[in-house]
Amino acid sequence: MALVNIDQVHKYYGDLHVLKGVDLKINAGEVVSIIGRSGSGKSTLLRCMNGLEAYQEGAIIVDNKEVSSDEKQVRLLARSVGMVFQSFNLFPHLTVGENIMLAPKLVLKLSSKEARELALDKLTKVGLAEKIDEYPDCLSGGQQQRVAIARALAMSPKVLLCDEITSALDPELVGEVLRVLEQLAADGMTLILVTHEMNFARDVGDRVVFMHQGKVWESGPAKAVFAQPSTPELQSFISAVL
Amino acid sequence: MIEFTNWDLLRNLLLATRWTIALSLTAFIGGALVGLLLTAMRLSGRRPLQWLVRGYVEVFQGTPLLMQLFLVFFGLSLLGLDISAWSAAAFALTFFTSAFLTEIWRGCIDTLPKGQWEASRCLGLSFQQTLGRVILPQAIRVALAPTVGFSVQVIKGTALASIIGFVELTKAGTMLNNATFEPFKIFAMVALIYFALCYPLSLASQRLEKKFNGAR
Repeated sequence: MALVNIDQVHKYYGDLHVLKGVDLKINAGEVVSIIGRSGSGKSTLLRCMNGLEAYQEGAIIVDNKEVSSDEKQVRLLARSVGMVFQSFNLFPHLTVGENIMLAPKLVLKLSSKEARELALDKLTKVGLAEKIDEYPDCLSGGQQQRVAIARALAMSPKVLLCDEITSALDPELVGEVLRVLEQLAADGMTLILVTHEMNFARDVGDRVVFMHQGKVWESGPAKAVFAQPSTPELQSFISAVL
Repeated sequence: MIEFTNWDLLRNLLLATRWTIALSLTAFIGGALVGLLLTAMRLSGRRPLQWLVRGYVEVFQGTPLLMQLFLVFFGLSLLGLDISAWSAAAFALTFFTSAFLTEIWRGCIDTLPKGQWEASRCLGLSFQQTLGRVILPQAIRVALAPTVGFSVQVIKGTALASIIGFVELTKAGTMLNNATFEPFKIFAMVALIYFALCYPLSLASQRLEKKFNGAR
Protein backbone atom coordinates (compact mmCIF):
# COMPACT_ATOMS: atom_id res chain seq x y z
CA MET A 1 0.00 0.00 0.00
CA ALA A 2 1.20 3.48 -0.80
CA LEU A 3 2.43 5.65 2.07
CA VAL A 4 -0.17 8.33 1.41
CA ASN A 5 -3.57 7.37 0.01
CA ILE A 6 -6.01 10.10 -0.78
CA ASP A 7 -9.34 8.78 -1.94
CA GLN A 8 -12.15 10.98 -3.28
CA VAL A 9 -11.61 13.74 -0.73
CA HIS A 10 -14.05 16.62 -0.58
CA LYS A 11 -13.59 19.68 1.56
CA TYR A 12 -15.91 22.61 2.11
CA TYR A 13 -15.42 25.93 3.87
CA GLY A 14 -19.07 26.62 4.55
CA ASP A 15 -20.59 26.84 1.07
CA LEU A 16 -17.22 27.02 -0.65
CA HIS A 17 -16.31 23.68 -2.22
CA VAL A 18 -12.50 23.71 -2.02
CA LEU A 19 -11.52 20.12 -2.77
CA LYS A 20 -13.75 18.35 -5.26
CA GLY A 21 -12.93 14.69 -5.11
CA VAL A 22 -9.15 14.49 -4.94
CA ASP A 23 -7.45 11.14 -5.61
CA LEU A 24 -3.71 10.82 -5.07
CA LYS A 25 -1.32 8.05 -4.06
CA ILE A 26 2.22 8.75 -2.97
CA ASN A 27 4.78 6.02 -2.38
CA ALA A 28 7.56 6.02 0.19
CA GLY A 29 10.65 7.78 -1.11
CA GLU A 30 8.81 9.83 -3.71
CA VAL A 31 9.32 13.57 -4.10
CA VAL A 32 6.03 15.06 -5.21
CA SER A 33 5.50 18.72 -6.07
CA ILE A 34 2.00 20.09 -5.97
CA ILE A 35 1.66 23.12 -8.20
CA GLY A 36 -1.21 25.30 -9.28
CA ARG A 37 -2.68 28.76 -9.06
CA SER A 38 -3.55 30.24 -5.68
CA GLY A 39 -7.01 29.11 -4.69
CA SER A 40 -6.63 25.80 -6.50
CA GLY A 41 -6.73 23.94 -3.18
CA LYS A 42 -3.13 22.77 -3.04
CA SER A 43 -2.28 24.11 0.43
CA THR A 44 -5.63 22.92 1.74
CA LEU A 45 -4.94 19.42 0.43
CA LEU A 46 -1.55 19.43 2.15
CA ARG A 47 -3.08 20.58 5.42
CA CYS A 48 -5.69 17.84 5.18
CA MET A 49 -2.92 15.24 5.01
CA ASN A 50 -1.92 15.84 8.63
CA GLY A 51 -5.26 16.82 10.09
CA LEU A 52 -4.67 20.59 10.33
CA GLU A 53 -7.80 20.92 8.20
CA ALA A 54 -10.79 18.64 8.38
CA TYR A 55 -12.30 17.15 5.23
CA GLN A 56 -15.92 16.17 4.88
CA GLU A 57 -15.97 13.24 2.45
CA GLY A 58 -13.57 10.56 1.31
CA ALA A 59 -10.54 9.25 3.13
CA ILE A 60 -6.89 10.08 3.63
CA ILE A 61 -4.75 7.25 4.92
CA VAL A 62 -1.14 7.98 5.82
CA ASP A 63 1.16 5.22 7.01
CA ASN A 64 -1.88 2.95 7.46
CA LYS A 65 -3.61 5.43 9.77
CA GLU A 66 -6.71 7.29 8.75
CA VAL A 67 -6.29 11.04 9.11
CA SER A 68 -8.94 12.90 11.02
CA SER A 69 -8.73 16.32 12.61
CA ASP A 70 -9.37 14.76 16.01
CA GLU A 71 -6.82 16.18 18.44
CA LYS A 72 -5.47 12.80 19.60
CA GLN A 73 -5.29 11.47 16.06
CA VAL A 74 -3.28 14.48 14.92
CA ARG A 75 -0.77 13.94 17.69
CA LEU A 76 -0.40 10.28 16.84
CA LEU A 77 0.05 11.23 13.22
CA ALA A 78 2.81 13.68 14.13
CA ARG A 79 5.14 10.73 14.47
CA SER A 80 4.74 9.81 10.81
CA VAL A 81 4.07 13.20 9.24
CA GLY A 82 6.28 16.24 9.66
CA MET A 83 5.42 19.69 8.42
CA VAL A 84 7.34 22.82 7.51
CA PHE A 85 5.49 26.11 7.05
CA GLN A 86 5.88 29.18 4.90
CA SER A 87 6.28 31.36 7.99
CA PHE A 88 8.74 28.97 9.75
CA ASN A 89 6.73 29.02 13.02
CA LEU A 90 9.79 28.55 15.17
CA PHE A 91 9.21 29.16 18.88
CA PRO A 92 10.82 32.58 19.38
CA HIS A 93 11.28 32.19 23.16
CA LEU A 94 13.39 29.05 22.76
CA THR A 95 16.89 28.62 21.37
CA VAL A 96 17.42 26.73 18.14
CA GLY A 97 18.42 23.64 20.11
CA GLU A 98 15.42 23.91 22.44
CA ASN A 99 13.10 24.31 19.47
CA ILE A 100 14.29 20.98 18.13
CA MET A 101 14.48 19.22 21.50
CA LEU A 102 11.03 20.18 22.76
CA ALA A 103 8.93 17.55 21.00
CA PRO A 104 11.44 14.68 21.27
CA LYS A 105 11.59 15.32 25.02
CA LEU A 106 7.87 15.77 25.61
CA VAL A 107 6.44 13.36 23.05
CA LEU A 108 9.14 10.74 22.52
CA LYS A 109 10.30 11.00 26.17
CA LEU A 110 13.99 11.32 25.32
CA SER A 111 16.36 12.47 28.04
CA SER A 112 17.87 15.95 27.72
CA LYS A 113 21.18 14.44 26.70
CA GLU A 114 19.67 12.22 24.02
CA ALA A 115 17.52 15.06 22.75
CA ARG A 116 20.51 17.38 22.46
CA GLU A 117 22.47 14.78 20.52
CA LEU A 118 19.49 14.36 18.24
CA ALA A 119 19.21 18.13 17.77
CA LEU A 120 22.92 18.39 16.99
CA ASP A 121 22.65 15.58 14.48
CA LYS A 122 19.69 17.17 12.66
CA LEU A 123 21.29 20.61 12.74
CA THR A 124 24.45 19.15 11.22
CA LYS A 125 22.27 17.76 8.45
CA VAL A 126 20.97 21.25 7.61
CA GLY A 127 24.41 22.79 8.13
CA LEU A 128 23.64 24.84 11.23
CA ALA A 129 25.23 22.91 14.10
CA GLU A 130 27.05 26.03 15.33
CA LYS A 131 23.73 27.87 15.84
CA ILE A 132 22.36 25.44 18.42
CA ASP A 133 22.40 27.95 21.30
CA GLU A 134 21.23 31.01 19.38
CA TYR A 135 17.71 32.38 19.34
CA PRO A 136 15.75 32.20 16.08
CA ASP A 137 15.58 35.98 15.65
CA CYS A 138 19.39 36.08 15.37
CA LEU A 139 19.15 33.92 12.25
CA SER A 140 18.39 34.81 8.66
CA GLY A 141 15.11 33.63 7.13
CA GLY A 142 16.85 30.86 5.25
CA GLN A 143 18.58 29.67 8.40
CA GLN A 144 15.31 29.78 10.34
CA GLN A 145 13.64 27.66 7.70
CA ARG A 146 16.49 25.15 7.85
CA VAL A 147 16.04 24.98 11.62
CA ALA A 148 12.32 24.37 11.09
CA ILE A 149 13.23 21.47 8.78
CA ALA A 150 15.62 20.08 11.39
CA ARG A 151 12.87 20.40 14.01
CA ALA A 152 10.47 18.39 11.87
CA LEU A 153 13.13 15.78 11.08
CA ALA A 154 13.84 15.26 14.77
CA MET A 155 10.54 13.42 15.07
CA SER A 156 11.73 10.96 12.39
CA PRO A 157 8.71 11.45 10.12
CA LYS A 158 8.05 9.07 7.24
CA VAL A 159 6.87 11.95 5.11
CA LEU A 160 7.65 15.66 5.23
CA LEU A 161 5.01 18.14 4.09
CA CYS A 162 6.39 21.48 2.90
CA ASP A 163 3.88 24.29 2.50
CA GLU A 164 5.44 26.94 0.24
CA ILE A 165 8.50 26.93 2.44
CA THR A 166 10.54 29.29 0.28
CA SER A 167 7.80 31.80 -0.48
CA ALA A 168 8.57 34.07 2.47
CA LEU A 169 12.30 34.14 1.80
CA ASP A 170 14.42 36.75 0.10
CA PRO A 171 15.47 35.38 -3.32
CA GLU A 172 19.11 34.97 -2.32
CA LEU A 173 18.11 32.73 0.61
CA VAL A 174 15.94 30.32 -1.38
CA GLY A 175 18.87 28.28 -2.64
CA GLU A 176 20.16 27.16 0.75
CA VAL A 177 16.73 25.81 1.72
CA LEU A 178 16.26 24.02 -1.61
CA ARG A 179 19.71 22.43 -1.25
CA VAL A 180 18.62 20.97 2.11
CA LEU A 181 15.50 19.55 0.44
CA GLU A 182 17.59 18.13 -2.36
CA GLN A 183 19.81 16.41 0.17
CA LEU A 184 16.76 14.97 1.93
CA ALA A 185 15.39 13.72 -1.37
CA ALA A 186 18.74 12.06 -2.10
CA ASP A 187 18.59 10.39 1.32
CA GLY A 188 15.26 8.84 0.37
CA MET A 189 12.91 11.00 2.42
CA THR A 190 9.34 11.19 1.14
CA LEU A 191 8.63 14.84 0.35
CA ILE A 192 5.36 16.45 -0.59
CA LEU A 193 5.82 20.07 -1.51
CA VAL A 194 3.40 22.78 -2.34
CA THR A 195 5.73 25.05 -4.23
CA HIS A 196 6.21 27.85 -6.68
CA GLU A 197 9.79 26.77 -7.39
CA MET A 198 9.18 25.28 -10.81
CA ASN A 199 12.83 24.56 -11.51
CA PHE A 200 13.08 22.61 -8.29
CA ALA A 201 9.86 20.74 -9.06
CA ARG A 202 11.17 19.79 -12.48
CA ASP A 203 14.76 18.95 -11.58
CA VAL A 204 14.47 17.35 -8.15
CA GLY A 205 10.87 16.19 -7.99
CA ASP A 206 9.88 12.73 -9.17
CA ARG A 207 6.33 13.68 -9.86
CA VAL A 208 4.34 16.82 -10.40
CA VAL A 209 0.71 17.19 -9.46
CA PHE A 210 -1.11 20.11 -11.02
CA MET A 211 -4.17 21.19 -9.13
CA HIS A 212 -6.93 23.24 -10.70
CA GLN A 213 -10.38 24.11 -9.37
CA GLY A 214 -10.08 21.77 -6.41
CA LYS A 215 -9.09 18.71 -8.44
CA VAL A 216 -5.93 16.94 -9.51
CA TRP A 217 -6.03 18.22 -13.08
CA GLU A 218 -2.92 16.55 -14.34
CA SER A 219 -0.10 14.55 -12.82
CA GLY A 220 2.89 12.60 -13.99
CA PRO A 221 6.69 12.34 -14.02
CA ALA A 222 8.11 15.79 -13.40
CA LYS A 223 10.23 16.23 -16.51
CA ALA A 224 7.59 14.86 -18.86
CA VAL A 225 4.83 17.02 -17.41
CA PHE A 226 6.87 20.17 -17.79
CA ALA A 227 8.06 19.22 -21.26
CA GLN A 228 4.64 18.24 -22.58
CA PRO A 229 1.72 19.40 -20.49
CA SER A 230 -1.39 17.75 -21.90
CA THR A 231 -4.12 20.05 -20.60
CA PRO A 232 -4.49 23.66 -21.83
CA GLU A 233 -4.81 24.81 -18.17
CA LEU A 234 -1.38 23.44 -17.28
CA GLN A 235 0.08 24.76 -20.52
CA SER A 236 -1.06 28.27 -19.73
CA PHE A 237 0.06 27.94 -16.10
CA ILE A 238 3.55 26.78 -17.07
CA SER A 239 3.98 29.47 -19.68
CA ALA A 240 2.87 32.04 -17.10
CA VAL A 241 5.34 30.98 -14.40
CA LEU A 242 8.39 29.80 -16.32
CA MET B 1 -14.00 66.02 72.47
CA ILE B 2 -10.77 64.16 72.03
CA GLU B 3 -8.05 65.94 70.09
CA PHE B 4 -6.34 63.97 67.29
CA THR B 5 -2.89 64.98 66.15
CA ASN B 6 -2.02 64.61 62.50
CA TRP B 7 0.22 61.76 63.44
CA ASP B 8 -2.68 59.98 65.17
CA LEU B 9 -4.74 60.31 62.02
CA LEU B 10 -1.99 59.13 59.70
CA ARG B 11 -1.04 56.27 61.99
CA ASN B 12 -4.60 54.98 62.07
CA LEU B 13 -4.99 55.32 58.34
CA LEU B 14 -1.75 53.43 57.79
CA LEU B 15 -2.92 50.67 60.11
CA ALA B 16 -6.08 50.35 58.04
CA THR B 17 -3.98 50.39 54.86
CA ARG B 18 -2.72 46.95 55.86
CA TRP B 19 -6.24 45.68 55.16
CA THR B 20 -6.41 47.43 51.83
CA ILE B 21 -3.16 45.74 50.89
CA ALA B 22 -4.31 42.35 52.22
CA LEU B 23 -7.59 42.59 50.34
CA SER B 24 -5.85 43.70 47.14
CA LEU B 25 -3.35 40.85 47.33
CA THR B 26 -6.06 38.28 48.04
CA ALA B 27 -8.20 39.54 45.18
CA PHE B 28 -5.27 39.73 42.81
CA ILE B 29 -3.84 36.31 43.59
CA GLY B 30 -7.28 34.69 43.70
CA GLY B 31 -8.28 36.51 40.54
CA ALA B 32 -5.13 35.44 38.74
CA LEU B 33 -5.67 31.78 39.67
CA VAL B 34 -9.32 31.80 38.63
CA GLY B 35 -8.37 33.80 35.52
CA LEU B 36 -5.76 31.21 34.57
CA LEU B 37 -8.32 28.44 34.89
CA LEU B 38 -10.85 30.40 32.81
CA THR B 39 -8.20 31.14 30.18
CA ALA B 40 -7.35 27.45 29.90
CA MET B 41 -11.07 26.64 29.60
CA ARG B 42 -11.48 29.23 26.90
CA LEU B 43 -8.56 27.84 24.90
CA SER B 44 -9.60 24.21 25.29
CA GLY B 45 -11.70 24.38 22.12
CA ARG B 46 -14.77 22.93 23.87
CA ARG B 47 -17.79 25.04 23.01
CA PRO B 48 -19.76 24.74 26.29
CA LEU B 49 -16.68 25.73 28.31
CA GLN B 50 -16.05 28.69 26.04
CA TRP B 51 -19.63 29.90 26.41
CA LEU B 52 -19.39 29.56 30.17
CA VAL B 53 -16.24 31.68 30.28
CA ARG B 54 -17.73 34.22 27.92
CA GLY B 55 -20.87 34.53 30.05
CA TYR B 56 -18.83 34.86 33.23
CA VAL B 57 -16.64 37.60 31.78
CA GLU B 58 -19.61 39.50 30.34
CA VAL B 59 -21.54 39.41 33.63
CA PHE B 60 -18.67 40.70 35.72
CA GLN B 61 -17.56 43.28 33.17
CA GLY B 62 -21.09 44.46 32.57
CA THR B 63 -22.17 45.13 36.14
CA PRO B 64 -20.78 47.60 38.70
CA LEU B 65 -18.34 46.16 41.21
CA LEU B 66 -20.51 47.64 43.96
CA MET B 67 -23.49 45.52 42.84
CA GLN B 68 -21.30 42.44 42.80
CA LEU B 69 -20.25 43.22 46.36
CA PHE B 70 -23.85 43.70 47.47
CA LEU B 71 -24.97 40.51 45.77
CA VAL B 72 -22.26 38.42 47.39
CA PHE B 73 -22.67 40.05 50.80
CA PHE B 74 -26.46 40.23 51.03
CA GLY B 75 -27.24 37.38 48.66
CA LEU B 76 -25.31 34.81 50.60
CA SER B 77 -26.80 35.93 53.91
CA LEU B 78 -30.26 35.53 52.36
CA LEU B 79 -29.31 31.95 51.65
CA GLY B 80 -28.56 31.60 55.35
CA LEU B 81 -24.79 31.71 54.91
CA ASP B 82 -23.23 33.96 57.47
CA ILE B 83 -20.52 35.73 55.53
CA SER B 84 -18.18 38.34 56.96
CA ALA B 85 -17.54 41.63 55.21
CA TRP B 86 -13.95 40.48 54.60
CA SER B 87 -14.99 37.24 52.89
CA ALA B 88 -17.68 38.94 50.83
CA ALA B 89 -15.22 41.60 49.66
CA ALA B 90 -12.52 39.03 48.96
CA PHE B 91 -14.89 36.86 46.90
CA ALA B 92 -16.46 39.71 44.95
CA LEU B 93 -13.11 41.28 44.13
CA THR B 94 -11.68 37.90 43.12
CA PHE B 95 -14.55 37.37 40.67
CA PHE B 96 -14.20 40.89 39.35
CA THR B 97 -10.41 40.59 38.94
CA SER B 98 -10.57 37.17 37.31
CA ALA B 99 -13.06 38.37 34.70
CA PHE B 100 -10.89 41.31 33.67
CA LEU B 101 -7.64 39.35 33.73
CA THR B 102 -9.23 36.64 31.57
CA GLU B 103 -10.17 39.27 29.04
CA ILE B 104 -6.74 40.94 29.15
CA TRP B 105 -4.97 37.60 28.72
CA ARG B 106 -7.29 36.59 25.90
CA GLY B 107 -6.08 39.62 23.99
CA CYS B 108 -2.45 38.78 24.73
CA ILE B 109 -2.77 35.16 23.63
CA ASP B 110 -4.65 36.18 20.50
CA THR B 111 -1.72 38.35 19.41
CA LEU B 112 0.45 35.22 19.07
CA PRO B 113 0.50 33.84 15.52
CA LYS B 114 -1.79 30.88 14.85
CA GLY B 115 1.25 29.12 13.43
CA GLN B 116 2.60 28.61 16.94
CA TRP B 117 -0.38 26.38 17.72
CA GLU B 118 -0.16 24.61 14.38
CA ALA B 119 3.56 23.92 14.64
CA SER B 120 3.08 22.51 18.15
CA ARG B 121 0.26 20.33 16.95
CA CYS B 122 2.29 19.02 14.02
CA LEU B 123 5.09 18.12 16.41
CA GLY B 124 2.69 16.05 18.48
CA LEU B 125 2.52 18.26 21.58
CA SER B 126 -0.67 17.94 23.63
CA PHE B 127 -2.90 20.91 24.37
CA GLN B 128 -1.46 21.25 27.86
CA GLN B 129 2.11 20.99 26.59
CA THR B 130 1.44 23.58 23.90
CA LEU B 131 -0.11 25.94 26.40
CA GLY B 132 2.56 25.46 29.04
CA ARG B 133 5.69 25.32 26.91
CA VAL B 134 4.88 27.38 23.84
CA ILE B 135 1.95 29.74 24.32
CA LEU B 136 2.11 30.92 27.93
CA PRO B 137 5.86 31.67 28.03
CA GLN B 138 5.33 34.03 25.09
CA ALA B 139 2.00 35.41 26.24
CA ILE B 140 3.35 36.24 29.69
CA ARG B 141 5.84 38.70 28.22
CA VAL B 142 3.04 40.49 26.44
CA ALA B 143 0.64 40.24 29.37
CA LEU B 144 2.92 41.45 32.14
CA ALA B 145 2.49 45.19 31.60
CA PRO B 146 -1.33 45.26 31.28
CA THR B 147 -1.67 42.81 34.17
CA VAL B 148 0.41 44.95 36.51
CA GLY B 149 -1.49 47.96 35.20
CA PHE B 150 -4.79 46.32 36.10
CA SER B 151 -3.62 45.68 39.69
CA VAL B 152 -4.06 49.44 40.16
CA GLN B 153 -7.77 49.01 39.41
CA VAL B 154 -7.96 46.24 42.00
CA ILE B 155 -6.44 48.43 44.71
CA LYS B 156 -8.82 51.27 43.96
CA GLY B 157 -11.68 48.78 43.78
CA THR B 158 -11.07 47.69 47.38
CA ALA B 159 -12.37 51.13 48.48
CA LEU B 160 -15.88 49.90 47.73
CA ALA B 161 -15.57 47.28 50.45
CA SER B 162 -15.96 50.17 52.91
CA ILE B 163 -19.65 50.31 51.96
CA ILE B 164 -20.38 46.85 53.32
CA GLY B 165 -18.54 47.80 56.50
CA PHE B 166 -15.13 46.31 55.96
CA VAL B 167 -12.56 48.52 57.68
CA GLU B 168 -9.89 49.25 55.13
CA LEU B 169 -8.35 52.58 54.18
CA THR B 170 -11.49 54.34 52.93
CA LYS B 171 -13.67 53.11 55.79
CA ALA B 172 -11.03 54.18 58.32
CA GLY B 173 -11.00 57.59 56.65
CA THR B 174 -14.78 57.87 56.96
CA MET B 175 -14.69 56.86 60.60
CA LEU B 176 -11.92 59.31 61.46
CA ASN B 177 -13.81 62.04 59.67
CA ASN B 178 -16.88 61.31 61.76
CA ALA B 179 -14.76 61.89 64.86
CA THR B 180 -12.79 64.93 63.70
CA PHE B 181 -14.99 66.66 61.10
CA GLU B 182 -11.97 67.48 59.00
CA PRO B 183 -12.94 65.82 55.73
CA PHE B 184 -10.52 67.66 53.49
CA LYS B 185 -7.48 66.80 55.54
CA ILE B 186 -8.52 63.19 56.17
CA PHE B 187 -9.50 62.36 52.62
CA ALA B 188 -6.41 64.10 51.25
CA MET B 189 -4.36 61.76 53.40
CA VAL B 190 -6.42 58.80 52.22
CA ALA B 191 -5.94 59.79 48.60
CA LEU B 192 -2.22 60.23 49.10
CA ILE B 193 -1.89 56.77 50.57
CA TYR B 194 -3.79 55.26 47.60
CA PHE B 195 -1.53 57.18 45.28
CA ALA B 196 1.56 55.91 47.07
CA LEU B 197 0.30 52.35 46.58
CA CYS B 198 -0.76 52.74 42.96
CA TYR B 199 1.88 54.99 41.46
CA PRO B 200 4.78 52.53 41.73
CA LEU B 201 2.63 49.91 40.04
CA SER B 202 1.71 52.25 37.19
CA LEU B 203 5.36 53.10 36.80
CA ALA B 204 6.34 49.42 36.79
CA SER B 205 3.70 48.72 34.18
CA GLN B 206 5.06 51.45 31.91
CA ARG B 207 8.61 50.17 32.32
CA LEU B 208 7.55 46.62 31.52
CA GLU B 209 5.70 47.77 28.46
CA LYS B 210 8.80 49.51 27.15
CA LYS B 211 10.97 46.52 27.95
CA PHE B 212 8.83 43.92 26.21
CA ASN B 213 7.31 46.02 23.49
CA GLY B 214 8.55 44.65 20.21
CA ALA B 215 10.98 42.29 21.89
CA ARG B 216 10.69 38.58 21.35
